[in-house]
Amino acid sequence: MEYFVQQLINGITLGSIYGLIAIGYTMVYGIIGMINFAHGDIFMVGAFTALIAFLVLVALGVSAVPLALFIVLLVSMALTALYGWTVERIAYRPLRQSSRLAPLISAIGMSIILQNYVQVAQGARVKPLPPLVSGGYTLLHGNDFAVRLSNIQIVVVVTTFALMAGFSFLVARTRLGRNMRACEQDLKMAALLGIDVDRTISLTFVIGAALAAVAGLMFLLYYGVVDFFIGFLAGVKAFTAAVLGGIGSLPGAMLGGILIGLIETLWSAYFSIEYKDVAAFAILIIVLIFLPTGILGRPEVEKV
Amino acid sequence: MSGTGEALLTLRGVKTYYGNVIALKGVDVDVNEGEIVALIGANGAGKSTLMMTVFGDPRAQEGEIRFAGRDITALPTHEIAKLRIAQSPEGRRIFSRMTVMENLQIGATVGDAADFESDLERVFALFPRLRDRRNQRGGTLSGGEQQMLAIGRALMSRPRLMLLDEPSLGLAPLLVQQIFAAIRALNERDKLTVFLVEQNAYHALKLAHRGYVMVNGEITLAGSGRELLQRPEIRAAYLEGGAS
Repeated sequence: MEYFVQQLINGITLGSIYGLIAIGYTMVYGIIGMINFAHGDIFMVGAFTALIAFLVLVALGVSAVPLALFIVLLVSMALTALYGWTVERIAYRPLRQSSRLAPLISAIGMSIILQNYVQVAQGARVKPLPPLVSGGYTLLHGNDFAVRLSNIQIVVVVTTFALMAGFSFLVARTRLGRNMRACEQDLKMAALLGIDVDRTISLTFVIGAALAAVAGLMFLLYYGVVDFFIGFLAGVKAFTAAVLGGIGSLPGAMLGGILIGLIETLWSAYFSIEYKDVAAFAILIIVLIFLPTGILGRPEVEKV
Repeated sequence: MSGTGEALLTLRGVKTYYGNVIALKGVDVDVNEGEIVALIGANGAGKSTLMMTVFGDPRAQEGEIRFAGRDITALPTHEIAKLRIAQSPEGRRIFSRMTVMENLQIGATVGDAADFESDLERVFALFPRLRDRRNQRGGTLSGGEQQMLAIGRALMSRPRLMLLDEPSLGLAPLLVQQIFAAIRALNERDKLTVFLVEQNAYHALKLAHRGYVMVNGEITLAGSGRELLQRPEIRAAYLEGGAS
């Protein structure tokens, strides 16, 4: 029992990181109907900018951890958002009028470019970050097992849920969110009503990248290491999460992220850790057979 | 009628293509301030294409489109909307997963925030059904209500010119009369200029000050609404049996 609770905690922590990345996939898919395969690498760039920002702060002598964390969060979000904006501007926007396949291939190209760029600029070796947030609480004592909730897990989950709540509010209640939803439903009509569609799409990429940057920072804090290749697997997992939850659906992306995190953790805990990715993807296949639009996706039927 | 002697909306020699297929073969149209102008013609004549070409989607590849004395031929679609031209397009294109209220709010994108409440009241006064249904999703409305919403949404930007594409399509006769009465009221009371595409030629020409007839991407006839209604070729092509 204690062991299970521990795995739940671990799974939710991991899942919230996936959920943050999945939002970027699902928003971009919703608005322009493409899978942004470079999004996982945007997450990786976010983790690296966070690491570099930490090292710069340490060099400058900023030693208060909460302050450093906050500055790193902002810097990493801003720089990564710039990457997201640039990728859309140079690799996707010029292809807006072409076939659906063209931006997809362009996205794979951007993914490779970002990976190689970071590999060349930062080296291929794994970069460590000394643990910044240590300590935690012991929640339950079993006979031979104690359930631990570490401070870093609290930071990850609280940050993630706060951001998800903020972002959901933005989409549901603000003018920008309304414009994003209008573009998602009918780009042509949105333009007829005076919405600057290109700008709205750009902002979608910017917000998605900023959220991925937060995920990158959380990943860095949680695992303590990054390398240029982390974007691939995390990206594929988050994409899986988005599809599992129902691509295009915001709550779906969050739910899907948590579910993938839980599946992966529980499988590792009870079966074999080598097959954890197989388990996550197998569940995806099973769900899609019975619910082709994902758990919270909407069926493509509308009253005309 | 607009001080300079130039019409509010002017199209000169406008040609539009879909790929290599020509859809508009050099169209000349004027819509004067304060007028209701009807464009009639058969299915596929290019009427809706003309409406969308005014907004640059598809873009006119030859010719010139001017609005209020300004060349808008090459302006981006959303910039054209900012000049206060509104459109209730073919198929209505309601945001079906958003509420009636949200649809109207998006309609007000280019409007003044300070005018929002009074514009909303104007739309609700014109179509009281929308007030009752304001928290309902667009996709759950009936066809007539969706048409009201499409017109209401266009009105929310306080347009100087409103383009209406087939407002009567698929509606019961009683609703058609209601919609046409609303258009007349907007024109007479609020001095709204209306450019209207219709298959329901009889109703449209009765309502309009002037009309154009389009055949295969060309304007073949123009005149006052009453004149066109009397032309034998119009009666034969568009009104026989349908004049109810």
